[in-house]
Amino acid sequence: MPRHKAAVAVFTTLVLAGCTTDKPPAVQSSAPAASASQTAQGSGTGAQSKFFVQADFDAQLAMRSQTPQGPTDKPWEQAIAPKMIDTAKYKKDGPYHLCFSNAAVNNPWRQVGWKTMQAEVGLHKEIKKFTALDAEGKDDKQISDIAELQAKGCDALIISPNTTATLTPAVTAACGKVPVIVFDRGVETDCPVTFIKPIGGYAFGADAAEFLVEKVPAGGKVLALRILPGVDVLETRWSAAKVVFDKSKVQVVGVEFTDGDAAKTKSVVSDYIQRHGKIDGIWMDAGATAVAAIEAFEDAGLPVPPINGEDQQDFLQKWKDANLTAVAPTYPTYQWRTPIIAALKILKGEEVPEMWNLPQPKVTSENLSTYLKPNMPPLHYALCGCEDLPGFPETWGGKKS
Amino acid sequence: MNLLTRARRPARRGQARGGLAARLREPTQVVFLALLGLVAVGWVLVALDGGQFLTMESVVGIQQRSAALGIVAIGQTLAILAGSLDLSVAYLISLASLVAAEIMAGQDGNIGPAVAAVLAISALVGLVNGLVITRLQVHAFIATLGTALIIKGIVDHLYDGPAGKVPESFQLLGYSRIGPIPVSALLWAGVAVVAWFLLSRTRLGYRIYAVGGNEEVARLSGIRTGRVIVITHVLCSVCAGIAGLLLAARLGAGAPTVGTDGGYDLESIAAVVLGGTALAGGKGGVAGTVGGVLLLAVLDTIFNQLEVNSFVKDVVRGVVIVIAVAVYARRGTRRSA
Amino acid sequence: MKRALPILAVLVVLLAAIAVANPFFLEPAGFLAFLKRAAPLVILAAGQYFVIVSGEFDLSVGSLVTAEVVIAARLIDGDESATWPVLALLVVVGLLVGLVNGVVTTKLRVPSFIVTLGMLLVLSGAVFLWTGGAPRGALSEGFRVFGRGGLGPLPWSVLILLAMGAAAIWLMRADFGKTLIATGDNERAAALSGVRVDRAKIFAFMLSGLSAAVTAILLGGFAGVSAQVGQGLEFSAITAVVLGGVVLGGGRGSVLAAMAGAVTLEALFTLLNLYGISGALEFTVQGVIIIAAVAAGAIRLPRKFTPRRGDAHAAS
Repeated sequence: MPRHKAAVAVFTTLVLAGCTTDKPPAVQSSAPAASASQTAQGSGTGAQSKFFVQADFDAQLAMRSQTPQGPTDKPWEQAIAPKMIDTAKYKKDGPYHLCFSNAAVNNPWRQVGWKTMQAEVGLHKEIKKFTALDAEGKDDKQISDIAELQAKGCDALIISPNTTATLTPAVTAACGKVPVIVFDRGVETDCPVTFIKPIGGYAFGADAAEFLVEKVPAGGKVLALRILPGVDVLETRWSAAKVVFDKSKVQVVGVEFTDGDAAKTKSVVSDYIQRHGKIDGIWMDAGATAVAAIEAFEDAGLPVPPINGEDQQDFLQKWKDANLTAVAPTYPTYQWRTPIIAALKILKGEEVPEMWNLPQPKVTSENLSTYLKPNMPPLHYALCGCEDLPGFPETWGGKKS
Repeated sequence: MNLLTRARRPARRGQARGGLAARLREPTQVVFLALLGLVAVGWVLVALDGGQFLTMESVVGIQQRSAALGIVAIGQTLAILAGSLDLSVAYLISLASLVAAEIMAGQDGNIGPAVAAVLAISALVGLVNGLVITRLQVHAFIATLGTALIIKGIVDHLYDGPAGKVPESFQLLGYSRIGPIPVSALLWAGVAVVAWFLLSRTRLGYRIYAVGGNEEVARLSGIRTGRVIVITHVLCSVCAGIAGLLLAARLGAGAPTVGTDGGYDLESIAAVVLGGTALAGGKGGVAGTVGGVLLLAVLDTIFNQLEVNSFVKDVVRGVVIVIAVAVYARRGTRRSA
Repeated sequence: MKRALPILAVLVVLLAAIAVANPFFLEPAGFLAFLKRAAPLVILAAGQYFVIVSGEFDLSVGSLVTAEVVIAARLIDGDESATWPVLALLVVVGLLVGLVNGVVTTKLRVPSFIVTLGMLLVLSGAVFLWTGGAPRGALSEGFRVFGRGGLGPLPWSVLILLAMGAAAIWLMRADFGKTLIATGDNERAAALSGVRVDRAKIFAFMLSGLSAAVTAILLGGFAGVSAQVGQGLEFSAITAVVLGGVVLGGGRGSVLAAMAGAVTLEALFTLLNLYGISGALEFTVQGVIIIAAVAAGAIRLPRKFTPRRGDAHAAS
């Protein structure tokens, strides 16, 4: 212990003596105040998540019905209620060197997105170089990566943060040097030029929950399946669903974590079927294991109740084959195209929305056939917006025909 | 055979400067030669790719990247030298970062208590590990895996995301540097020097090698083997605690997944054996571990510069570790033959 | 057999506790459903047992399971006719990975902990390198039937479990078993008395690889393609074996007890789930129970000598 204190003392002295620090000046962190609304006890949904912010919830739900601006055939260029900002001060001549600090490529969603982004880069001749570093899901590595990228002479830096709170200092530091574009998860600072995201988790969770409330008879038993606690983008999905369920007549008989593991999901659902005899609806915070949940009913010889999944091919295929009562809210992977487009706009001095809210469509039984593409691999995300990109479908693992 | 090595060691310790030289033989030399080679290869590859390898940023990056792993690996070296190992470090790091950030709560005045609390909790975890291994006779693999699960459960139960706030002044630990040398690397160096001194200049160090070399013989020669193992585990956990503090300073908050995301458990063991320390204990040292950690960090930096995807990295890392240890094993046999 | 007694007692208590909370468990269908769920881990534990009793570790089984499922999905790609050739290929891949683990461990004298850790990295990297980051293709119905379907009321996985279990017990009763235990107990003594130590160990690793292949077939069949199907299975398998009273470091313990350890672990999960222990605290309970069970087993032993920590190479 003395050793450590000594070290602290030594470095403090050194700092006072005027040594270099890469630490950004005080961060204006605006941690969302947890305004958790108290919940109806006994509804089975438990206490409200501390991530829940009523104002964001209201805003996202409202955005669902707003008409986005921009070309309708290119949702990744659309924006909902954009507040445009001037970017003239970033204007410079091409060709450009774009840099990207990626949180990870460790799941199919990020894989599809990453391939889409690379293809988008290929469309623009004015990008002479695209440097991307993969943080492999490690906050600490991403902090180093961001620092390293600043030294590479990037004209713009795109960041997909691994976690919100912990990456904030690093992003703040980068903001001082290059125009920064953040997408997917946000950071607790408004220093990036633009923050790109689909409407968000509340809309996702509410879309699914509203569908179930409509389709499940009053008093029906709904099982909620979540991947894991603590991930902001997933917490918002559940907290929105909770609000919807609390106001409804359906009964949430369980909220279980599945770790995103298909076998565990199937086991959990089988257990609930066994315990309750009948489950009338399944709510999921992510679609990756939806098919496993469906199979639990099939294997038990029961009809599949109303369920939500996501825009993954295996679920869409099952939906069509088994003619399910289902809905698939999405968190579109086409958002990986937008940061490149935004970076180029910024470097050309064109206006961009300060908060770039992309539309977040949902797959319903009416539009299912437009999204279902049997030649794509089972874990492909339909809303990749990649159909018109060079290399489609092989690059995304699909087959030509 | 261990007996022979062991018998020679006191003599070497007796020589004033012989200790350092003695420790710089065989695997340690190999790992530093490999490190030099790798830097050279990296230079060429990155140059061919049109980049610059050893820029200021990448040198700083290498150090920043390896400091936390380096500190954990030093602790892991002590445990492994004593014939044990510690799988609980990753979760302990997460716990430490949370304890630190929660107690600090953004206040400069709380840094002292927070650091003290982290070190105390880490020492306690190490004590539990050590006692379960020695008193309850549970194999270190299972004992520390069990502790890891216990900590995981507690952390996951109490926290579902980053928590606490590290004051600006403490964040400097993670960001400041003196010229090209970050403070975090100095902290790592400090821990390494202390561990090196402990191993090569103290009675305890001698006992650690003895216990790791052959526990029975050590016991028969009057060493309280149990106590030695407990102490190495306490030190190992304290190192993990320090790494947790460092990461809290980097992140500005405590994070329940920072230890596991970094894979500090298996990666620290890999770094230790890459540095030439025998997994079975009794052979090796801190210098090798420092080399091993740097080797992994330089490898990472090369991959980063060349933008190699993470799957290739895994393959290369796996192959490198196995080949390195195979090389050491080969030399070991030749020498004893 | 004495060492197997504590685990059997724990198992009986756990099963009784499950039955109290969930009477359906006592019906044949309920119990079979439980066995079906436990089968993959039990088979994996049996494979891990061979490696552990010979004094080694196999940390690569988890990523081998994932790799096998991903390989199967990509090669079958929904084509029924590819099912059987791919099944055969999976078995070959499993044996081959075991062979490499075994040869590097014995011939290159690298501790198995490191060899299999390296293999873990190589497998998880290589398979996703091949599929471009995420699984692609799909499993055929014929493939999935082993994990999903059954022969009448008997799930295939339970039948496969019984067959594999019987084979494992038979192997341990045969000369191979005695050789393996002798190797794990004291490698040098075994070698001096004419046992082909290396060959026994290589065979043990191959059996572990084979069991991982079978586990992959059952798990892939049960729940379909997933990139994390094998995640953490290596630790579960080792824990199960140790719970069964098998000593890390080799030489002691029975394969039946190892499999009982796996069933116990699965029963523990089921019980914690049934009693609604908070998802996170489940791990804490698991950690305490593992340490307690192993400690209880160890304390029965005469104190004179605990086998070497680490692995058998310590002897060299």
